[in-house]
Amino acid sequence: MNDDLPLLRVSSLSKSYGSRIGCADVTFDLWPGEVLAVVGESGSGKTTLLNCLSTRLMPTSGTASYRMRDGTFRELYRMSEAERRFLMRTDWGFVHQNPADGLRMNVSAGANVGERLMAVGDRHYGRIRATAIDWLGRVEIGADRIDDEPRAFSGGMRQRLQIARNLVTGPRLVFMDEPTGGLDVSVQARLLDLLRGLVSDLGLAAIVVTHDLAVARLLSQRMMVMKDGRVVETGLTDRVLDDPREPYTQLLVSSILQV
Amino acid sequence: MSARTSEIASYNFAYLDEQTKRMIRRAILKGIAIPGYQVPFASREMPMPYGWGTGGVQITASIIGRDDVLKVIDQGADDTTNAVSIRAFFARVAGVAVTTETAKATIIQTRHRIPEHPLGEGQVLVYQVPIPEPLRYLEPRETETRKMHALEEYGLMHVKLYEDIARHGHIATTYAYPVKVEGRYVMDPSPTPKFDNPKMHMSPALQLFGAGREKRIYALPPYTRVVSLDFEDHPFEVQRFEQPCALCGARNVYLDEVILDDRGGRMFVCSDTDYCEKRRDEGGVAANPFEPDEAAT
Repeated sequence: MNDDLPLLRVSSLSKSYGSRIGCADVTFDLWPGEVLAVVGESGSGKTTLLNCLSTRLMPTSGTASYRMRDGTFRELYRMSEAERRFLMRTDWGFVHQNPADGLRMNVSAGANVGERLMAVGDRHYGRIRATAIDWLGRVEIGADRIDDEPRAFSGGMRQRLQIARNLVTGPRLVFMDEPTGGLDVSVQARLLDLLRGLVSDLGLAAIVVTHDLAVARLLSQRMMVMKDGRVVETGLTDRVLDDPREPYTQLLVSSILQV
Repeated sequence: MSARTSEIASYNFAYLDEQTKRMIRRAILKGIAIPGYQVPFASREMPMPYGWGTGGVQITASIIGRDDVLKVIDQGADDTTNAVSIRAFFARVAGVAVTTETAKATIIQTRHRIPEHPLGEGQVLVYQVPIPEPLRYLEPRETETRKMHALEEYGLMHVKLYEDIARHGHIATTYAYPVKVEGRYVMDPSPTPKFDNPKMHMSPALQLFGAGREKRIYALPPYTRVVSLDFEDHPFEVQRFEQPCALCGARNVYLDEVILDDRGGRMFVCSDTDYCEKRRDEGGVAANPFEPDEAAT
């Protein structure tokens, strides 16, 4: 695998909702194994951008090309729906803020993890179950919970289950939308620990949307700050947070509550 | 019609008007052309409630001709309410010959069984279907299930079977057991017991499925490959019965449990009443012509 080339190339991506701007003129490259945080206040276009990149939304203009496993770049918005959906369930993952959006709440945890395997053609029950147990273990869910429905899980467990469900096919790129939103701080800390470990172990590339700068600091190497649909500042996470250059970033960083 | 205005109420042959029949026949032809694909059709109000076989009745009404011989079964039996009334309905509105003998019928409308006597070329089996969508249990959105069929995304179907094994240790789905048709569409074989699934495979008879409430028609042309879904380490199996039919002694047939009294008395008898009666008339020694073990799955 050639690591000298980016995994994802995004160029002047814009999405407007009628006359309103979702996001405008976003350009960046994402490299294999890199975690990029997209920060900004509510309504700044973070989620719109993420949905466009993950092809859940079609952008109004601009392009994004993704380097497939065979090394060729494919223009995301010109792929057929079948190809995009195949990419979504094999090479990509999407972690929703609300686990109920990303999980099947009425089937067991094991089936939730196994679904992607069955979707790509695994037809051996024993093997699927063994993989599911392995992945539940990796996200610190006991093997005795494999036949429980996610309804019976706490918020933190559901989020970890969602992560396992996404990572089971060994994706190369994971999109995360506020992965720690709505969790209390101690649970958040453990989840961040876990995510950090998984991302570095598996060499995942990730795009993490968050309004929580501390989460961005912990998880990401690079950061994009958005305001009113545009990228106002981009750079290494530590540099942006320790030495913010744009007035808006300075405002954002200085607004963090100190304990 | 103008010359006969004195007749206040008269039915067209087989109840439905000719335009409706043409519309339904088009849907049937499309269904035959794309085996297992659910074709939407403009289901009509029928003089019976939804859930009583309005889909099957509309198909039968659209394909029946004056020379046809109709058999109607309900859970294998010719003599239960649903079967008797639908048979009487067609005897009245189409004036066709009716029978209870599987071999003599040209059209067999069925609710949830395939007769034990093997079907032959030229016969048509019409199923009454309550819920045509096999993916509905896990995906409630119709827009999404249609997309999944279009893109052949059937991983979800195995999630259901996985859940069965995880909960019960084996695939506990005993009826409406999902099948794959000609290696393409996953289809709900209507709530027939899975015992009958192997009979659908390479059947010489034409099989038509009608869901009146859900407004869908689908079909299996003769000699179509129908494979029941399963796992490599949990292969598809049909139900087995420990004892033979208490009345005719048949083995390898589907049996109904009949409660005899309130002290635990029960017996198991053929669910196919015509088959059972035939065997008893012949002295209960006729060999079962259908051996499930021989049919490939």
